[in-house]
Amino acid sequence: MKIIGLIITIMTGGFLVYAAGDFPAWSDPSSPASTYLSPYYIEKAIEETSVPNIVTAVLADYRGFDTMFEATVIFSAGLVCFILLRIMGRKEPETRHYRHVLTGVTVTIKEGRKIPASEEFERIDDLWTPPELIIKTACRVLIPFLQLFGLYVIAHGHYSPGGGFQGGVILGASIILLAISHDLRTATERMREKVVAILCPVGVAIYAGTGALCLLLGANFLDYGALASVLHVDPITARSHGILMVEIGVGIAVMTTMIWIYNNISSAGKYNQGL
Amino acid sequence: MFWQIDLAILTLVVVTTVGSLMVKDLLGAAILFGAYSFLMCLLWAIMGAVDVAFTEASVGAGVSSVFFVAAVFRTSRRTKD
Repeated sequence: MKIIGLIITIMTGGFLVYAAGDFPAWSDPSSPASTYLSPYYIEKAIEETSVPNIVTAVLADYRGFDTMFEATVIFSAGLVCFILLRIMGRKEPETRHYRHVLTGVTVTIKEGRKIPASEEFERIDDLWTPPELIIKTACRVLIPFLQLFGLYVIAHGHYSPGGGFQGGVILGASIILLAISHDLRTATERMREKVVAILCPVGVAIYAGTGALCLLLGANFLDYGALASVLHVDPITARSHGILMVEIGVGIAVMTTMIWIYNNISSAGKYNQGL
Repeated sequence: MFWQIDLAILTLVVVTTVGSLMVKDLLGAAILFGAYSFLMCLLWAIMGAVDVAFTEASVGAGVSSVFFVAAVFRTSRRTKD
């Protein structure tokens, strides 16, 4: 089986190298993409959308459908992780462990019983390790700056590299960092499971809703120029604002999907203390 | 950009790719895959595709490495084959 796999891999690689010879040379001015499409974007993007970063204009406006379904793909990935691990995952009889914070004594309680809620006991798992003060403090200082940077990347995607995907990943990573440095329970207290599960489709719906709003205003789907009458600006500025709206939608969807996937994978669908 | 740097990064890309496939320790494979993503990010940046490089750095080298490590933590660290 291994040898067949090796042969298939080498053949595929050989075909790939063979086919790569037929590609136009890098930055070849007479290649099909550079003869009409790229010059059009480079010349017209700023006039038509007033967005200096051409990549963002192409991604969110000229190729808006593409990006919408990319966001949908990411949402589906999160949903599948949730269904496989959280809903269809194995249910085991639960034994709860509680640790008395002041003395460090651990209490084990069998299925179906609970301890009276109090500040003195914290819930722990079998794999509990003492919290690292240095890591916790360093991450606590780092996380606000990460989140601020994520917001900047989303909002500044018009003018510099970045946009909804990257900013959303950075925002999600800040919550994941909280879950790694403290534990998953601390992170899910800040960003509850329900909030994550609701915000994820809401992000995709913001994108699709912006497109549908354009449709209702009498233009094509995702033709942001139609938003001019709602936003009270000229159609070109409206395109810029429309791009920002869908970038925010993508950012919310990507952020919550990253948190959702991490929560489910790191705790195997049990939402206990995680990594 | 100097072609020497290009060549060095391309060599490292091949080394990390083959390494992440051959290593028996899955945690090591995850880390090598993160290194591969980061080197690809450098290649995108050299070719002037800054947006793609940014995405590769955040998604490929950042979050997907965390997902791999989490998956290894919840399953097994050794491969069967």
